[in-house]
Amino acid sequence: MGNYRGNLVICGGTGCIAGGGAKIRDAMQAELAARGLEKEIGIVMTGCNGFCAKGPIMTVYPDGTFYEKLTPADVPLIVEEHLLKGRPVEKLMHKDPVLKRAVPAMHDIPFFNLQVLRALRNKGLIDAEKIEEYIARDGYMAAAKALLQMTPEQIVNEVKASGLRGRGGAGFPTGVKWELCARVQGDVKYILCNGDEGDPGAFMDRSVMEADPHVVLEGMIIAARAIGAHKGYIYVRAEYPLAVSRLQMAIDQANEYGLLGKNILGSGFDLDVEIYQGAGAFVCGEETALMRSLEGKRGMPIPRPPFPAVQGLWKKPTVLNNVETYANIPPIILNGAGWFRELGTEKSAGTKVFALTGAINNIGLIEVPMGIPLRKVIYDIGGGLKQGRQFKAVQLGGPSGGCIPKELLDTPVTYEDITQTGAIVGSGGMVVMDESNCMVSVAKFFLEFTTDESCGKCPPCRIGTKIMHGKLKDITEGLGKPGDIELLQDLAHDIINTSLCGLGQTAPNPVLSTIKYFRDEYEAHINEGWCRAGVCRPLTTFYIDASKCIGCGACARACPQKTVSGEKKKPHSIDQSGCIKCRSCYEACKFGAVKIGPGSLKQKLLEEAEAAKGVSE
Amino acid sequence: MPGEARKLTVEDLKRIKEEHRATFTLREGGYRAKVTVNMGTCGIAAGAREIMNALVEELSASGAKDVIVTTSGCGGLCSREPMAWVEIAGQPVVRYCDLNGQKIKRILKEHILDGRVVEEYALAVGDETSY
Ligand SMILES: Cc1cc2nc3c(=O)[nH]c(=O)nc-3n(C[C@H](O)[C@H](O)[C@H](O)COP(=O)(O)O)c2cc1C
Ligand code: SF4
Ligand code: SF4
Ligand code: FES
Ligand code: FES
Repeated sequence: MGNYRGNLVICGGTGCIAGGGAKIRDAMQAELAARGLEKEIGIVMTGCNGFCAKGPIMTVYPDGTFYEKLTPADVPLIVEEHLLKGRPVEKLMHKDPVLKRAVPAMHDIPFFNLQVLRALRNKGLIDAEKIEEYIARDGYMAAAKALLQMTPEQIVNEVKASGLRGRGGAGFPTGVKWELCARVQGDVKYILCNGDEGDPGAFMDRSVMEADPHVVLEGMIIAARAIGAHKGYIYVRAEYPLAVSRLQMAIDQANEYGLLGKNILGSGFDLDVEIYQGAGAFVCGEETALMRSLEGKRGMPIPRPPFPAVQGLWKKPTVLNNVETYANIPPIILNGAGWFRELGTEKSAGTKVFALTGAINNIGLIEVPMGIPLRKVIYDIGGGLKQGRQFKAVQLGGPSGGCIPKELLDTPVTYEDITQTGAIVGSGGMVVMDESNCMVSVAKFFLEFTTDESCGKCPPCRIGTKIMHGKLKDITEGLGKPGDIELLQDLAHDIINTSLCGLGQTAPNPVLSTIKYFRDEYEAHINEGWCRAGVCRPLTTFYIDASKCIGCGACARACPQKTVSGEKKKPHSIDQSGCIKCRSCYEACKFGAVKIGPGSLKQKLLEEAEAAKGVSE
Repeated sequence: MPGEARKLTVEDLKRIKEEHRATFTLREGGYRAKVTVNMGTCGIAAGAREIMNALVEELSASGAKDVIVTTSGCGGLCSREPMAWVEIAGQPVVRYCDLNGQKIKRILKEHILDGRVVEEYALAVGDETSY
């Protein structure tokens, strides 16, 4: 192959493709050809870089210049200025919200350079569809070591010593799980990969499967060798078509090269891997339900014990691990447990991938050493809150997790410390919330999700979550009664204690944690009929504080109902009879003059207006 | 490779890794030598493209995997274009001027690959202050 003087690494992840990444590539190919540069500059499509909100993105090597939000129209400019003349195009670079300037190089952007990439080490660096590029980054060398130089016990011991815990949510020590299964006698065992990723908003695993599919296979080969399995399945939700096709391509290539199939790398060890596409029910991510689903049955959890390590898929000893867990395995085998433990804490070793979203500047996928304080993640990597917003809480662990308030922002991100707060690390969802989020509504959102997703087997989960959701709905609609908070707490504990699977056992967490830290908000809803965030419409009245209003008219222009009026430079006012409580005026006013009052205020203001009319007539 | 089934060995893995080293030197850094061709307006007018073409061609032919080629804007000495700078890890930058295809090929071979500065084409050695 010829040497290129430059590489254009274009993101081919789901987010960037949706934003037109393929068009950028096509335009770039055409432009390079037109300028006679196609032999000098190579184009590479990678998987997701984790910065999807800024997509389509492209990095130019060797200098590492990072361009964001590209359109095909930008392509000729980049070719002319940057690739031909060597002058990077500043206006297409990343503007950092913290540094407040354009940052040319990817490795200087705080969002990227505060991360430590282990599970995501090939993210944005390799062409996910070329096995050679994976191999060029030490790919399959760990599998070679495990198959040719290590005994199954040595593999298990290395993984145990590393302290790696399952990244799928529960955080169970991976080496211990493998050891349990390795000790069970049996000719037929199974190795499974959980790529169901059911948490709303999560895309950590999708990103690994899309950007680096071979790492999943390599992790599975090593695990299969450790427990003595010769058949593996990757369970992926059908909503992830790109992940499915990249994985299938990887499996085909690995089979062709003898990295899967019979006698892998001449070691005498055999492993076949197949993809199974799940229909996308949340409960199917639970291990026993996933195995039922693989068997072609309805995806419902069953009691444990027997544990899957003893009786799993088709009642055979089985190990199931999460995608990100597998992505951590090859470097542990190559570099050793000691290397893995250089990052993280005693009980939470290594790094964790998070999907950072919500009210912050830099939304995306990040990998950080465990033990990093939440504050650092949110303010340094996340770039802080969007302009003028106040931090209120961060939600960790999705529907099984909870909200962590401002006072606890210095909590280190470890399994133990996060659990202590009432949230969980979970699979890595991290949603930042500002003062415009109503915490009762947040809890309601998650309960609605779990109510829908409960498989219905256990009455406490099926009925209990429904009752809780109904109560929350009442509270947000102004029908809350004194005693509701205590009722929610009692119900929550019953559901946690009597549900069979993790879904029911954790579903009440979002309610419990919001009551714990934001009880005053629940009380204001119930006792004062007031949603201070202005989210629950029946409990909100928007009005203008005449002493703060400078009469700029921004609110009036924003109002879809044309119900705000006032003379220029004079205080404006809202005619309550036309207001639909859409918040637009509140968001539009730069002077904090639009206020949020309790729901009952509306009636009072209407009566006042009526009386004033009477007087003036 | 594609088409017929081919079973890899550990040696094959190492060979594939070596074959792709140039690609990742480019993307990850860690190169031994870097050649910067001045591609300002004057450079291009003076024939910088010819330099670039010759360089990329010869470099591919040489099989070197630890050399990267990049461009920069105007070098600030338009009368001596085309120019190129050669940086070898741990050594001062060498600036070459009045280049043509033949000269850059010699620089590639003698300086970049064999480590001997081609004094007769060199304008200066060291940083900006030297000219
Ligand atoms: C309701 C429910 C949904 C789950 N969904 C997922 C999922 O989408 N992906 C995942 O890896 N684990 C999920 N889990 C956790 C799995 O049951 C299991 O613990 C995990 O896949 C084991 O892999 P690990 O030890 O590598 O994390 C879920 C658990 C529950 C209770
Ligand atoms: S706890 Fe809920 S989701 Fe889990 S088995 Fe019971 S009913 Fe189904
Ligand atoms: S809340 Fe919406 S409808 Fe009501 S006054 Fe403001 S902008 Fe108009
Ligand atoms: S898809 Fe491009 S950054 Fe995520
Ligand atoms: S219109 Fe009242 S402050 Fe803007």
